[in-house]
Amino acid sequence: MPRYKAPLEDFRFLYNEFLDLSACAGMTSMEEATPDIFEAVLTEGARISEERLQPLNAIGDEIGCKFNEADGSVTMPDGFVDAYKDYAGAGWTGLTADPEYGGQGLPVFLGLAMSEMINAANASFAAYPGLTLGAYEVLHRYGTEEQKKRYLPKMVSGQWGGTMNLTEPQCGTDLGLIRTRAEPRDDGSYVVTGTKIWISAGEHDMVENNIHLVLARTPGAPAGTRGISLFLVPKFLVDENGNPGERNGVKCTGLEKKMGIKSSATCEMQYTAAKGYLVGEENRGLAAMFTMMNAARLVTGIQGLGMASAAYQAAVDFARERLQGRSLAGARYPDKPADPIIVHPDVRRMLLESKAFVEGARALGLYTGVQLELELRHPDEQVRQRAGYWVALMTPIIKAYFTDMGSEVANLSMQVHGGAGYVRDTGVEQFVRDVRITQIYEGTNGIQALDLVGRKLVGNSGENLKAFFEPVQAFVAEHAENDALACYIKPLEDAAGLLQETTATVYSKMSSDPEEAGAASVDYLRMFALTAMAYMWARQAVVAHGQLEKGRGRAAFYQSKLDTARFFMTRMLPDTLSLGERVRAGAGPVMTPSDEEF
Amino acid sequence: MKILVTLKRVVDYNVRVRVKSDGSGVETDGVKMSINPFDEIALEEALRIKERGDAEEVVVASIGAADVQQQLRTGLAMGADRALHVETESAPQPLTAARILLKLVEREEPGIVFLGKQAIDDDCNQTGQMLAALWDRPQATFASKVELSDGKASVTREVDAGLETIQVDLPAVLTSDLRLNEPRFVKLPEIMKAKRKPLDIIALDELGIEDAVDHQISDFQPPPKRAGGKILESAGELVDELKNKGLL
Repeated sequence: MPRYKAPLEDFRFLYNEFLDLSACAGMTSMEEATPDIFEAVLTEGARISEERLQPLNAIGDEIGCKFNEADGSVTMPDGFVDAYKDYAGAGWTGLTADPEYGGQGLPVFLGLAMSEMINAANASFAAYPGLTLGAYEVLHRYGTEEQKKRYLPKMVSGQWGGTMNLTEPQCGTDLGLIRTRAEPRDDGSYVVTGTKIWISAGEHDMVENNIHLVLARTPGAPAGTRGISLFLVPKFLVDENGNPGERNGVKCTGLEKKMGIKSSATCEMQYTAAKGYLVGEENRGLAAMFTMMNAARLVTGIQGLGMASAAYQAAVDFARERLQGRSLAGARYPDKPADPIIVHPDVRRMLLESKAFVEGARALGLYTGVQLELELRHPDEQVRQRAGYWVALMTPIIKAYFTDMGSEVANLSMQVHGGAGYVRDTGVEQFVRDVRITQIYEGTNGIQALDLVGRKLVGNSGENLKAFFEPVQAFVAEHAENDALACYIKPLEDAAGLLQETTATVYSKMSSDPEEAGAASVDYLRMFALTAMAYMWARQAVVAHGQLEKGRGRAAFYQSKLDTARFFMTRMLPDTLSLGERVRAGAGPVMTPSDEEF
Repeated sequence: MKILVTLKRVVDYNVRVRVKSDGSGVETDGVKMSINPFDEIALEEALRIKERGDAEEVVVASIGAADVQQQLRTGLAMGADRALHVETESAPQPLTAARILLKLVEREEPGIVFLGKQAIDDDCNQTGQMLAALWDRPQATFASKVELSDGKASVTREVDAGLETIQVDLPAVLTSDLRLNEPRFVKLPEIMKAKRKPLDIIALDELGIEDAVDHQISDFQPPPKRAGGKILESAGELVDELKNKGLL
């Protein structure tokens, strides 16, 4: 079984040396967020992830959630209820939540580190607090004072869970097709009726009440997405003392059998004249739900990263221990019966591609987390707006690239393990199965690419793009004269230049033909992701180089940053060249073949 | 009653310890450091005693450079009420540590001083016993169960022959064994609160203690690599083999 060790040294490097937190100075969320708190949160977060959650990962996969037909209840695998009690009891569900409702109010970029650790340790488990947090965010932003007081404190404490109910049998990506109805009653509440499917955490025995956020149509609402409203439907109606009372008309009617994340309950939910409460304005439900979707998309990216990080660790451990054959350059460990496979060039390639992704993505995730914190909580409107441009641009990129690579790295880990990875004992194949869904849910990666070219590129009249290119250009200019850094700066400069050219190509073609944008979108997103990663690796290299020159800290750690940056720039970033070619090929080769040719 | 718990900062038990290349010590740079696990168990027990209503205050103490404050903060986050940091750049040996602790005992007048039975770095297993002797109070070491009543502690000890239960009058020195309890997970709100709990820094000379070095450490070496084993055909061969090696 893989033994996950949280990458605390890398987190410390990123928080204490890499991230520029000066823009956050003076924010209320930063008052408590001093380096010693980071340290304590990371250390304790690592501990509960490693000792409490990770040991349940294989058990959860083996047993899975159990649906009890008689009463529509769902039983979690052994140990999950207690682990959740420890997790919520220790206050982790309220890490970033508003202190007014019992949260700790710590910055979201600290929450992202926690999210990475729990997803690396046990992705199925992580889904539950993740969904509650999403529902919390929607209610916190769109709920009435009364709703917030009633529901948020127990969601923050983890006593109650939260879910999001969008999908129906006939509508997934296209939410305009929603049929669930909500009819107003005299007392201001609504009667909600309909079927929702693929509802993660829809029913389980770790919480005493579940707060469902449900998209539905009111009578006479306009057709399509402009006629959708958002409703809060508690599993148990909450009495005047704030306690769960009468059972509401919502029931789980079945669980999906899935390839992975087997202890994440994927429920079919039946709403039969359930009592619901409008959240936000009527017919504005989709906008409210998108608040949740955007945050969820970032976190989905972090799920991919977390599982990649755990799979990479397993691969390194195996490559060091597995003795087989000799190095091509002659025995490297002559005292052993054979060399460990880590000496072989192709094994190293696989490990380095994994490492370069994991550490680069961790940096990009946290860097974006800082921008998100600024967007959500900075007092200055202009700062919020500028930070929001970066977040808007990076959200589809992080979602798609991190999860595609999460899958890739899990598969590389299996490849390093060879046959040992394909059998179940090593736990590596579970990563391959568990991570796969991240490319699909929260909007498939194809949809993310369309979001990037269709909305983000053109949105905010080009400000989104400026939020990326301007800092990159300034950074390149700042370090252009330093020869020692040229091997990191020059590739970034070239990639950013190519990305700008390609952006112009995509932009000009799509105004005449939207299919051009569609055909280019996935390659373009990957190209953007690689360039953003190059920016993160160049920044890490500059910090590491500076620390080495000053003789500070652990030389081996900084040297490894420089070596990995070099690997990324020379072995991974050049993919942008072929991606550029593919984009330039245009929609023709994709769209010309008739449907019958397939 | 007040309970004083000692916390030593050690290399985390999960870390594979490496000897520094110059043999001057073990590598701690960039290595995860934690509260000595036995000390953590001692603190957990002290907190449970307090939660049962048998103690009013739990004070944690550590001796060392500024970075031991990290472990003290963790102790505060677990639930200790305040912390004492005796500041010194050197790593005191057990006897010096016991002398320092005696000074803290004189200041604080605790009913119980709770230590880990040993620290996992040097495995000395001496400080508690030495402190009891210097303080001239009873000791109950290797505790796997502790019950308090009428100013006495009834302590079940893990000894070579099995378990033995003894009674000691308080104040006394107790040291914890591994099976005494399972320490709690630190709660996030407690981490935040720990920042505001008092942590007093005490200079060594303020206690009138000279940082006496009672042992001179000349060299650290990793354990020698194990030579390969040998499979013998019969008991007779084994006897011959042992005789040849002069072991029999």
